[in-house]
Amino acid sequence: MIEVTNLTKSFGAKTAVNDLSFKVKKGEVLGFLGPNGAGKSTTMRMVTGYFPPTSGQISICGIDMLKSPEQAKAKIGYLPESAPLYDDMTVAGFLRFAADIRGFKGAARKEAVEKAIETCFLQKVAHQSIDTLSKGYRHRTCLAQSLLHDPEVLILDEPTDGLDPNQKHEVRELIKTLGKDKAILFSTHILEEVDAACSRAVIVDQGVIVANGTPTELRETYKSDSLHDIFRKVTTLDTAA
Amino acid sequence: MNTLTIYKREMSSYFSQLTAYIAIFIFLIFIMIMTFAVAQYMRVGDASLQYTFFYWHPLVYVLLVPIVGMRMWSDEHRSNTIELLGTFPISIWSTILGKYLAAATVWLIALALTFPIWITTNYLGDPDNFVIFSGYLGSFLVCCSFLAITSLISAFTKDQVVTLVLSCFICFLIYLVGFDQVARWIQTVAGNSVAEVFTATGVWDHFRSLNVGNFRLQDFVWFATVISTSLIGTNFVLNSKRN
Repeated sequence: MIEVTNLTKSFGAKTAVNDLSFKVKKGEVLGFLGPNGAGKSTTMRMVTGYFPPTSGQISICGIDMLKSPEQAKAKIGYLPESAPLYDDMTVAGFLRFAADIRGFKGAARKEAVEKAIETCFLQKVAHQSIDTLSKGYRHRTCLAQSLLHDPEVLILDEPTDGLDPNQKHEVRELIKTLGKDKAILFSTHILEEVDAACSRAVIVDQGVIVANGTPTELRETYKSDSLHDIFRKVTTLDTAA
Repeated sequence: MNTLTIYKREMSSYFSQLTAYIAIFIFLIFIMIMTFAVAQYMRVGDASLQYTFFYWHPLVYVLLVPIVGMRMWSDEHRSNTIELLGTFPISIWSTILGKYLAAATVWLIALALTFPIWITTNYLGDPDNFVIFSGYLGSFLVCCSFLAITSLISAFTKDQVVTLVLSCFICFLIYLVGFDQVARWIQTVAGNSVAEVFTATGVWDHFRSLNVGNFRLQDFVWFATVISTSLIGTNFVLNSKRN
């Protein structure tokens, strides 16, 4: 579903992502781990087609992102890191706009928006202006936008960032449920989430994959029970980099 | 289709915030003051409206058009919604056009709201309505040109104030360069041929020719060039910013 081959991105002399390759199949939830500045967001932005890689291939459901970006983007639901939204709209208004963009019309649009509102527990704020929302609601509104068209591929950049423990739990459960029939790539630096929601994890450091496997495999390979220890073992401190 | 979706969102955004109302309000007040108090519309009986009414439009646009246009891309950069737009299955051109056309519509509404002066002129005198229409067209094209320039500037920065100041400055230069008095001054300083180049570069000459009902090819070429170059530039800047 998501297939990334030899992805490289340089900003001037700095290489943010270096020869990265991975696959996410249908029914799989891939946790994308790594310290801040490891290149997680940069990778996701390339996979979603926000900017082109310096070199490498990206294929979404067999569609080449670089050759047919519009068709490939139609398959993806994306939650950017900062959960950007148009502050001057209401939650429902924003979702209707996103539904329009995704080509929904009439009754189908209404249904898609209602379903997204329900899935992300936004009923209480549906008619509220976005600039009055708390961080948790903002995040969920943007998440709702990514689920609206029931995409085959979901890419979530730190979906639980800024949520309270209850909301975190709900979002993880949601990811797990959705993961049954979608390919999901989500980034986090909270290691509990790997056990809670992922079927597989990749640890990235300074733009390179340093570990790859199911949580159990990772524990066996690095002979450690704690993902924290593994994480610390394979990644560099930002003060040392 | 997607252009329409973006257009509708932009329109609802303009009219759910104060900016558009304020710009239209100031535009109308300022134009009325200039027409009736400064240019003495009632006394001079200018039925073509060119010296009393249209004359002031470019100057007002220099300030007000960037006010309406400054959020066009700067706001997308600031709130990072540009990342959403960039990952939606739409082309960047439909976004550029949707946003541009929405801002242009705000100005079309502002211009349409000056209709009382047209009715008054028709009631008091016997104007050539074709010339008045041509004047409105010229005025709207100046507006569209300034708007395209603002779009280009706002693509560079997330700072709306920088966009506003820079756009105003550039529009003012384009306004000034061909302005009658300035053109005459350039003529005495640098000679005829240089003055002609400046006049052809500035907006004033092209605007005035439409004002008097002249449909010259070079005027339309000028407006089309400024608008299309600025919009193509917007596309270029947005693309290179993503790299």
